[in-house]
Amino acid sequence: MTRFRDDHDVHPPMDYPGYKSTALRHPKEPLIVLPQRLTEVTAPVFGEDRLREYDNDLTRGPQGEAIGQRIIVHGHVREDDGRPVPNTLIEIWQANAGGRYRHAVDQWPSPLDPNFTGAGRTLTDKDGYFRFLTIKPGAYPWRNHPNAWRPAHIHFSLFGRAFTQRLVTQMYFPDDPLFFQDPMYNAIRDERAQKRLVSAFDYEATEDHWALAYRWDIILRGEEATPTEEPHA
Amino acid sequence: MITTPSQTVGPYLGIGLPWPDGPDVVPEGTPGRVRIHGRVLDGAGDPIGDALVETWQADPDGRFGTGFRGFGRCPTDEDGAWEVFTLKPGRVDAQQAPHIDVSVFARGMLNRTVTRIYFADADNAGDLVLASVPEARRHTLIAQPDEGGYRFDIHVQGDRETVFFRL
Repeated sequence: MTRFRDDHDVHPPMDYPGYKSTALRHPKEPLIVLPQRLTEVTAPVFGEDRLREYDNDLTRGPQGEAIGQRIIVHGHVREDDGRPVPNTLIEIWQANAGGRYRHAVDQWPSPLDPNFTGAGRTLTDKDGYFRFLTIKPGAYPWRNHPNAWRPAHIHFSLFGRAFTQRLVTQMYFPDDPLFFQDPMYNAIRDERAQKRLVSAFDYEATEDHWALAYRWDIILRGEEATPTEEPHA
Repeated sequence: MITTPSQTVGPYLGIGLPWPDGPDVVPEGTPGRVRIHGRVLDGAGDPIGDALVETWQADPDGRFGTGFRGFGRCPTDEDGAWEVFTLKPGRVDAQQAPHIDVSVFARGMLNRTVTRIYFADADNAGDLVLASVPEARRHTLIAQPDEGGYRFDIHVQGDRETVFFRL
């Protein structure tokens, strides 16, 4: 029987006083262990029909190119034993170059870009690789604590091949000076796990006279090794 | 290798996650299509208007991988209300009554919360997951029939807190 490794300790706690909105939005009763049966070890399969042309290129606006630093964001999706996760849907969303989201709730005084919606999606290829072209997002203020600023980040959503692997997270940029005061980043207790959220500048993948590049690999929970199982191909 | 940790969906998930056909696990007009709906509420009993509810389930024969989409996704509105339109799942095996796995994502949740929907009018006897839940809280997992479908409220915290699972 397939069983995915418990990675509970890697994730931030649901109750984290530094992030005020967690106060009324975390369960207080103990979680009950859900055995991994068929529903938990399967997941929806999405194909090319979920994608439109240029869904992995966020720089193309209705009237022209989005403003900002053009970047390639690429990486490899694998399970924790190294096995690639092919053909899995990745959805991203982000603020524009000035740190403003195209969303009614975001009203801070930084301009919207008519050519930047901030949403993208793609499928990993047969070897688990993905690639987006986008604009480097800006940092933005929020009301969690005095003079609070979110470090620049891109939201990522992944399905993997099992309900247990479903992951929504955020990719950060290297050496962001705002990390020290960000409760979301600092809610992760394990330093190695925290580093997982930070992309690496990737000079090799830059394109001359076109775009800078960042590499970000994503690791999903893998299967527990069971001696009776066939080895993975 | 250490896995990639979760982060909150934040307040702007509406940019990236909702799909026009998200709530339609099966399209309109599909025989047997039922509406499952409810509200997501916080520890003060106030609606969570910026959550996303996702559902994953077997087909009416209790099977996976049959071409049935099985997946639903709906952002909550300002009343915390969500809905999906689906076919009732079948019994997966002798130890599992018909059920739907649910993920809830929201601003203020650093990770998703996971629960399960069971049905008040199904035979829930012998279900190993329900049996593992304290009897007094079991009712929080059971959707009640109402007009044209089922109602399932999700209380993230408080006196009526829904049972959540660790995966």
